[in-house]
Amino acid sequence: MMTTLDSNSRAAARGLSDLSIRNLFIIPTILFLIVFNIFPLIYSLGYSFTDFRASTNAPANFVGLQNYRELLNDPFVWSNFAITAQYVIVSVAGQLVVGFGVAMLLNRDIPFKGLLTTLLLLPMMLSMAVVGLFWKLLYDPSFGIINYALGLGTFEWLANPKMALYAVALTDIWMWSPFVMLLSLAGLSAVPKHLYEAAAIDRAGPFYTFFRITLPLVAPILMIAVIFRTMEAFKTFDLAYILTSQPTTELISIRLYKMAFQEWQTGRSCALAYIVLIMVIAITNIYVKYLNKVKER
Amino acid sequence: MAQVRTSSEVAFNRLAIVAVLVATVIFLAPIYWIASTAFKPRNLATTVPPTIVFQPEVSPFVKLFTKRSQLRAQPTPEEYAAAPWWERVVFDGGEKVVRDGKGAVQWSGYPSRFMNSLIVAITSTVLAVGMGTLTAYGFSRFRVKGEQDWLFFILSTRMLPPVVVAIPMFLMYRVVGLNDTHIGLIILYTAFNLSFSVWLMKGFIDEIPKEYEEAALVDGYTRMQAFFKVVLPEAATGIAATAVFCFITAWNEYAFALIMTNRRAQTAPPFIPSQVGSGIPDWTVIAAGTFLFLLPVAIFTFLLRNHLLRGMSFGAIRK
Repeated sequence: MMTTLDSNSRAAARGLSDLSIRNLFIIPTILFLIVFNIFPLIYSLGYSFTDFRASTNAPANFVGLQNYRELLNDPFVWSNFAITAQYVIVSVAGQLVVGFGVAMLLNRDIPFKGLLTTLLLLPMMLSMAVVGLFWKLLYDPSFGIINYALGLGTFEWLANPKMALYAVALTDIWMWSPFVMLLSLAGLSAVPKHLYEAAAIDRAGPFYTFFRITLPLVAPILMIAVIFRTMEAFKTFDLAYILTSQPTTELISIRLYKMAFQEWQTGRSCALAYIVLIMVIAITNIYVKYLNKVKER
Repeated sequence: MAQVRTSSEVAFNRLAIVAVLVATVIFLAPIYWIASTAFKPRNLATTVPPTIVFQPEVSPFVKLFTKRSQLRAQPTPEEYAAAPWWERVVFDGGEKVVRDGKGAVQWSGYPSRFMNSLIVAITSTVLAVGMGTLTAYGFSRFRVKGEQDWLFFILSTRMLPPVVVAIPMFLMYRVVGLNDTHIGLIILYTAFNLSFSVWLMKGFIDEIPKEYEEAALVDGYTRMQAFFKVVLPEAATGIAATAVFCFITAWNEYAFALIMTNRRAQTAPPFIPSQVGSGIPDWTVIAAGTFLFLLPVAIFTFLLRNHLLRGMSFGAIRK
């Protein structure tokens, strides 16, 4: 009796070994992520080779690579990818120009700079779905404030197949330019002041200073912003789904959602999800490589 | 060095300040429009030209919280006089508040969705930050074989498009009966935020000098005690910032909530857009719901302002 008590209290004094604490702290998280992130993907990989429909009780039949073959030969799916690419380019380019532009303007002594910066950052913190919905009112052709402010009369934004994608991108630019601005400000404030002083002594013009000093030094951080936004824009679902139902705004996420939860082509949608997944992994790899490079500096 | 500035530089500086103010006004205009529409009488919400100056009223909020139906006949003067002020507001709008058999006022769908949002966001935040802090400490202080690969694995789970993850999760939840439950959504949001919280917390814990714990260990603390009594208090700011970020992400999330819930556990983001169905939507009520929903996030943004850069870049960029 005595000995057990003794050894127990000694163990308590020593506490758990570092090794067991490490395992205790790390393993639950890894397990949790495997069970709720990796296992579902394995589960859906299985379904992607079947003609399973979750809306019926019919058992799933193995169809081999048929889903993948049909998807990759489906011109509609390719047009969804093309729409997504167009959307990503327009919205990320817009965010880059607006975000970096506003950051350049902000990067000086301005009264209430902290308050202004925080106010400018507000849009990116808000819910895309809920604020996106309200943009429907802003875009309304007859009583929306956008047409009123720009003097566009009864210009159609969301009901116009040619304009709808740009309208969604414009809302996205509004929401996420602040993100590019935030990162740009960090980059700009890290440019050593003495470089500008040296340039001034050499009588360098503003263009020379911008292209030879500012831009090269801010470029790595801008690159992070671009990759980050590209990934997010590629995944866009909420905004486009809520704002319009035009075929011209059917991004790949929306196609996937409709295929899975409206047409109930479960097996096929699992295959499409895998095609999307591989693309995302490719972009993520580039992103993480870049992130590590920048962190090392 | 005394700065010598040419007059053109001074002029450019002034121009830039004006441009910043203009940009701020443009960026805040949609948010202002939500806030102002939330206090407008219904007939002023969709006027041409837009109404900017008006007498604010709270009728949109009364309508937001109550179940209403169209008035078939005007209320009698006695009825009107007997009604409390908020019921009169609804009468004025040509509607009446729906009451059950016992005369109790029926709530609209909004308060329960708001509560669901609170339950799901708070619980998943506590779980994600709790587990994330422990894991971050493990990675920060101990040698882990293949550390970079594990951290990449943790991060990659966050990069998946929500719809891709939602399809198998929906099928699995159907088998175990977790669709349309709080627990189902809490698990999803915890998994989603966990990777973020590990990455962010690792950055914060890396910044706490190891010497603090070593001194505590020399003083006879166990490793556990050192973690709870020395590291956690030092990491408090980081934990708070991480928690707010996780809360905002879960609070704002739409795609998972749309797919996994439909009534009992539905959160506000899929509920608010579902109010704009057929017919002419009452934008004042939508604005009121949106306004209340955005308010916590707006407040948190101000509290977080010094950590925004770090949080939004997954801890990659620190000030």
